[in-house]
Amino acid sequence: MPTRPLIPLLTAVLAAGSAAAQAQPAELTVYTYSSFVSDWGPGPQLEPLFEAECACDLRFVGVEDGVALLSRLRLEGPSTGADVVLGLDTNLVAEAAATGLFAPHDLVLGDLDLPYAWDDPIFVPYDYGHFAFVYDTEALADAPDSLEALVYASDAPLLIQDPRTSTPGLGLLLWMRTVFGDAAGDAWATLRPRIVTVSAGWSEAYGLFLEGEAPMVLSYVTSPAYHRLAEGTDRYAAALFQEGHYLQVEVAGRIAGSDQPDLAHRFLDFLVSADAQAVIPTTNWMYPVRLPPDGLPDAFADPATILPLLIDPATVAANRQQWIDDWLAAMSR
Amino acid sequence: MLLGWVALALVLGAIAAGVLGLATGADLALPRLVSPYTIGILGFTLLQAGLSTLISVGLAVPAARALARRQRFPGRSQLVSLLALPMVVPPIVGVLAIVEIWGRTGLVNAAFGAVGLDLGLDIYGLSGILLAHVFFNMPFATRMLLHAWAAIPGEQWRLAGQLGLSGLQVFRFVEWPMLRRVIPAAAALVFLLCFTSFAIVLALGGGPPNATLEVAIYQAVRFDLDFALALMLGAVQVAVCATVLTALGRFRQTAPLGLGVNPPTARPDLSATWGRIGDTAAIGLLLVVLVAPLAAVAVQGLTGPVAAALSRPALWDAAARSLAVALITGLVALVLGCALVATMRELRVRRYRPRLAGGLETLSSLILVAPPFVLGAGWFLLLRPVVDVFQLGLVLVVVTNVLVALPFVVRIVGPAATAVFEQTWRLADSLGMQGWRRLHLIDLPALRRPLGLAFGISAALAFGDLGVIALFGTGETQTLPLYLYQLVGAYRVGEAAVVGLVLVLGCLGLFALGDRVIGARRND
Repeated sequence: MPTRPLIPLLTAVLAAGSAAAQAQPAELTVYTYSSFVSDWGPGPQLEPLFEAECACDLRFVGVEDGVALLSRLRLEGPSTGADVVLGLDTNLVAEAAATGLFAPHDLVLGDLDLPYAWDDPIFVPYDYGHFAFVYDTEALADAPDSLEALVYASDAPLLIQDPRTSTPGLGLLLWMRTVFGDAAGDAWATLRPRIVTVSAGWSEAYGLFLEGEAPMVLSYVTSPAYHRLAEGTDRYAAALFQEGHYLQVEVAGRIAGSDQPDLAHRFLDFLVSADAQAVIPTTNWMYPVRLPPDGLPDAFADPATILPLLIDPATVAANRQQWIDDWLAAMSR
Repeated sequence: MLLGWVALALVLGAIAAGVLGLATGADLALPRLVSPYTIGILGFTLLQAGLSTLISVGLAVPAARALARRQRFPGRSQLVSLLALPMVVPPIVGVLAIVEIWGRTGLVNAAFGAVGLDLGLDIYGLSGILLAHVFFNMPFATRMLLHAWAAIPGEQWRLAGQLGLSGLQVFRFVEWPMLRRVIPAAAALVFLLCFTSFAIVLALGGGPPNATLEVAIYQAVRFDLDFALALMLGAVQVAVCATVLTALGRFRQTAPLGLGVNPPTARPDLSATWGRIGDTAAIGLLLVVLVAPLAAVAVQGLTGPVAAALSRPALWDAAARSLAVALITGLVALVLGCALVATMRELRVRRYRPRLAGGLETLSSLILVAPPFVLGAGWFLLLRPVVDVFQLGLVLVVVTNVLVALPFVVRIVGPAATAVFEQTWRLADSLGMQGWRRLHLIDLPALRRPLGLAFGISAALAFGDLGVIALFGTGETQTLPLYLYQLVGAYRVGEAAVVGLVLVLGCLGLFALGDRVIGARRND
């Protein structure tokens, strides 16, 4: 009989313990690429915004880039520590979906300001950009106005990235494919002598461009906006092409095995909210998927004037290796 | 002795774990290994690595000889301090510095343009790769050789003077035997580094035919997660490099040097006119190859947004973390590397098993050709069921950096330590000198300078290494090189230049620490 009081006591302690555990805010872990969480990226501004409305602890984990993000996810498999993965792009979504790790977003995304209707049930787009050749107006008087002209009429040297190691590099490969089709090999062979170098990543090529090593570099339509807003110079411009520009849409998705499914769902919803989207343009230097009521800053070209090009992700996944091999062959001719 | 085997076990274990981890994750379908493209780039990899090594070491010999002969000229000490710097500079900083000087709109083209000459220098292609590799490696090779020159016993110079040997004869009979000891070690390191060079080769190579095997491995691991192909390509890489290393080992001189007590040396051949001209030319070349691009780094850094860059807490946070990683890596690599060296010289000299010792040296170097992202992915797969790999982030960074640093320690300390052992082991044995006393009284005084350099290199390599942190990295474990890459990736090239200068100064500080504290070097 003397042990009896112990049971209510134990129950009380356990209850108190679990109450204390509940008082600890729930933690939501978001895997992303490291520039998203850098000082100047969107992460530090989004974190307090979301934490204020969710009463939770938002934790970003940054890896090198979108490709590393997918690699890490595949390495971790179902036991991944992520609740949400943010920063994959259109060319990675087919492979990401094939991992079977993602759950449907269950959001209504019909009212997004995207260049095309979004029907992916798993991934939520949060920003997008068009690949473009950025040129130095002090070194190149008139830039070509089409990809055709760039390849066959222009004599401007270029800096590009390798499609095997870089996202813009792969973007250009697909861009050439959409515009030239099966004649892409000839186009590459024609372009080849004017390509100064093919760097491993965007950073090397853009760095060489800013050093003045070539008047044109493969980058984004939105790149000049950075120079205009952050550096106050109009020196760099994006050459707009008649055929249109290959599109890169960046997406986020929630992990099916997450122990915070509700929070993950709320985070995806938050990501496409007007508040979160207002942060994107001048931190990630991409177009938001929800245009601000008073429009984008002037430095950004109006996205409605740019014709978007895109090959659907499944076709890219199925043909990527063959196209890369063709590219290698054309570039080695 | 025991610690030496432990160190070797660590290296081999790390490689084995990486391979095992990947093999269990690999779907061993017939890989796309043998394609004309793969064979083509293997050929190019060998060509560029061979030429880079030949030129780097070939230029390092006269440069080191000139520095050894001319002990007093203004700026000599500073010049020597800079020698090991380029090889630890992150590739992107080095590449931008090189185009600053040699690029299409670089200083050289601009200078010729200013006097009305269109030089039209275009480095992209094999020449750009060689230029970069010579910048990264030739100064380091010079530093390694310079140590060897300093280790020539004073008696030999006195004897050479008494015999009235000419400059050529001095080279043939005094310097060449010493060079045969050190050149294989220096050449092996340079070859391995150039063979696996990747971002530099792509940035300056001009196009896909000019790529290395490492590019294909990188693609296989990162984009395709094709571990089977990555392992196969990695195996080809290791096999080719092991063959080259073994061949270099054969060139190595094994006859012991005479006994020396190392007094300050007075060379008999310093006053010849041609010698003066040659030395001036060699040192001038060193200034062009080494100092010009480093000066570009400094100018870019100082003209960048210095105040804005330095006022970011993230910079100092990253710098502090990198410094901690560097110091720990330096110490651990020094201890383990010396243990390996002790084992090797014991085998080579007392037990007379030079082949076994050479094999050990080759094995310990192979980590340099095992691609870090392959190993990283392998460890990840292997460790993941047991621990939270990302909690271990910085520990793994230290482990990888130690592994990468070991070959440097072995090849910097090894030749000198073996020479000391050859000269002293009989005497020390007969005096019953063992363990700590032997280390303290015989080895340490003779080896301080190589030890200091080995520490400096190990620490600075870790300080400037991007490596696995990119794979394992999280928001909380930012390092300085990663921070720099983030800045470049976010258009902030100006700030990145400031951080690049901070990084280079940090490396210089670590070298100074090694030289002054461990190496007890004052004026070289």
